[in-house]
Amino acid sequence: MSTLSVRNVWMEYADQVVLERVNLEIPSGEFCALVGPSGCGKTTFLRLLLSMERPTRGTILLDDAPLSAEPGPGRGVVFQKYSAFPHLTVSENVILGLEFAGSPVLGKLFGARRRAALDQAETILASVGLSGARDKYPAELSGGMQQRLAIAQTLVRKPKVLLMDEPFGALDVGTKAQMYELILALWREVRMTVFMVTHDLKEGFSLATRVLAFDKVRLDPDAPGAYGATVTFNLPLDEKAERADIVAKLPFAPV
Amino acid sequence: MGRRIINRRLGYGGAIFWGALPFLAFVMLYATFSALRLADNPGDKLLPAFSTIGNTILRLATVPDARTGGILLWVDTEASLMRLGIGLAGASVLGLIGGIAIGLIPYLRAGLSPVVAVISMVPPMAILPILFIVFGLDELSKVMLIIIGVAPFLIRDLAMKVSDMPIELLIKAQTLGASTWQIVLRVVLPQVAPKLVDAIRLSLGAAWLFLISAEAIAATDGLGYRIFLVRRYLAMDVILPYVAWITLLAFAMDWVLRRFNRLCFPWLQRGLS
Ligand SMILES: Nc1ncnc2c1ncn2[C@@H]1O[C@H](COP(=O)(O)OP(=O)(O)OP(=O)(O)O)[C@@H](O)[C@H]1O
Ligand SMILES: [Mg+2]
Repeated sequence: MSTLSVRNVWMEYADQVVLERVNLEIPSGEFCALVGPSGCGKTTFLRLLLSMERPTRGTILLDDAPLSAEPGPGRGVVFQKYSAFPHLTVSENVILGLEFAGSPVLGKLFGARRRAALDQAETILASVGLSGARDKYPAELSGGMQQRLAIAQTLVRKPKVLLMDEPFGALDVGTKAQMYELILALWREVRMTVFMVTHDLKEGFSLATRVLAFDKVRLDPDAPGAYGATVTFNLPLDEKAERADIVAKLPFAPV
Repeated sequence: MGRRIINRRLGYGGAIFWGALPFLAFVMLYATFSALRLADNPGDKLLPAFSTIGNTILRLATVPDARTGGILLWVDTEASLMRLGIGLAGASVLGLIGGIAIGLIPYLRAGLSPVVAVISMVPPMAILPILFIVFGLDELSKVMLIIIGVAPFLIRDLAMKVSDMPIELLIKAQTLGASTWQIVLRVVLPQVAPKLVDAIRLSLGAAWLFLISAEAIAATDGLGYRIFLVRRYLAMDVILPYVAWITLLAFAMDWVLRRFNRLCFPWLQRGLS
């Protein structure tokens, strides 16, 4: 289970309100797409969910308990860049999470335990189609392969919540389509709660079971930082046939 | 024809020729002036002939010294390299620990970085007398001079490299369940190790400077000691080969460190081409 409640969350920087009055109840296993104009605070919201930062007001509850104060293995993340460790090969990147769990002092497994971890990694690598690249370094992979590696690396700790910030932003159309199938298959299998930031409305609507649109509802032309963005649309996509209508109703044009 | 000079490339042979030219020019200039001076005064010591230098090198490198029984060049080289090696190793350990601590842990950064910043501004040569008083006149004070001279630079450089690491990697490691110690061991250390080697390469010049200064002032052997000893007799036939030898050693150390980075951190080169 991983139900997420966001209660009246505000995020304010010195001279700027980024988020205000964000309220959400996300059931466990939901696939949420976060959309909204550039600079409205989607990444900031993700950082709050990851405990990289604390909201200035309000609380975030995961399964009715306050979110832990720092990032931890319960919440996995896929960043747009720097998502894998450059000094480790693909399979070493994937077993890293197992090594952290299995070897508190050295953070490294040896012998039979390492082989067991590598076997486990092999299954995951096969599911993201990276078996052939297991001994390469991340710099030798294409953009799509790097994102698949980042996802595989995250899945090894079986996070209850998966956070992704424009994970497929830099990929070409064909690779994107492959990644959609991959992420949907993994999500159906594991059923973690997913938050994915995207600039691509189509992507959001085709993947997600719920679309969250962030935007500013109040605007003071003299003080652009006075008001923050909030969740303007919170659409559970029960009837996916209405997708086209929903796109048309959104207050900003697809980017 | 007609290409701009910025577009004219030279081949491999051309590069070697142009690279060797300044050295050849230097050798010829030296030979000319040396011959001129020696023609004037056969006892001239300032620019000894190549043959004289050659004989001296042979003597220094093969004949045991009458007084100590050791072969001077090797005795001096061993003593100097020992001091340099221990000094650089000590500085590296300090640099690595201090750099990671300051770069990674906010409390230690707050506590240590002002101190390190101030210490790095103290001219090491100015406190050499203190080192001699505190650590005595033998090996320890020379090693300490190198450590004190080089470590603050290494610490600051590595601290910067650590805090320049993408925050994403540190967050990612935490979401994979890593403790601070595990992050240091598996994420930070492997990524700054090659940077440490590069920083050591950059500080080789300073390390040699401190070594030779310390040896010049108080030592009984070592490359710097010998140069400053024979200076009294204007023995350019010793000084010049020693300087060339020191240069060669420094060059070789730099080369070895560069190779070390290539061999030990294969991921640095991958995917660059
Ligand atoms: N550390 C910070 N200090 C001050 N302001 C910040 C900070 N981080 C973000 N902001 C501000 O918060 C706002 C939202 O930034 P954020 O990165 O969350 O936007 P975003 O919705 O992810 O945009 P994009 O779609 O372009 O990635 C921006 O106006 C930004 O200037
Ligand atoms: Mg963003």
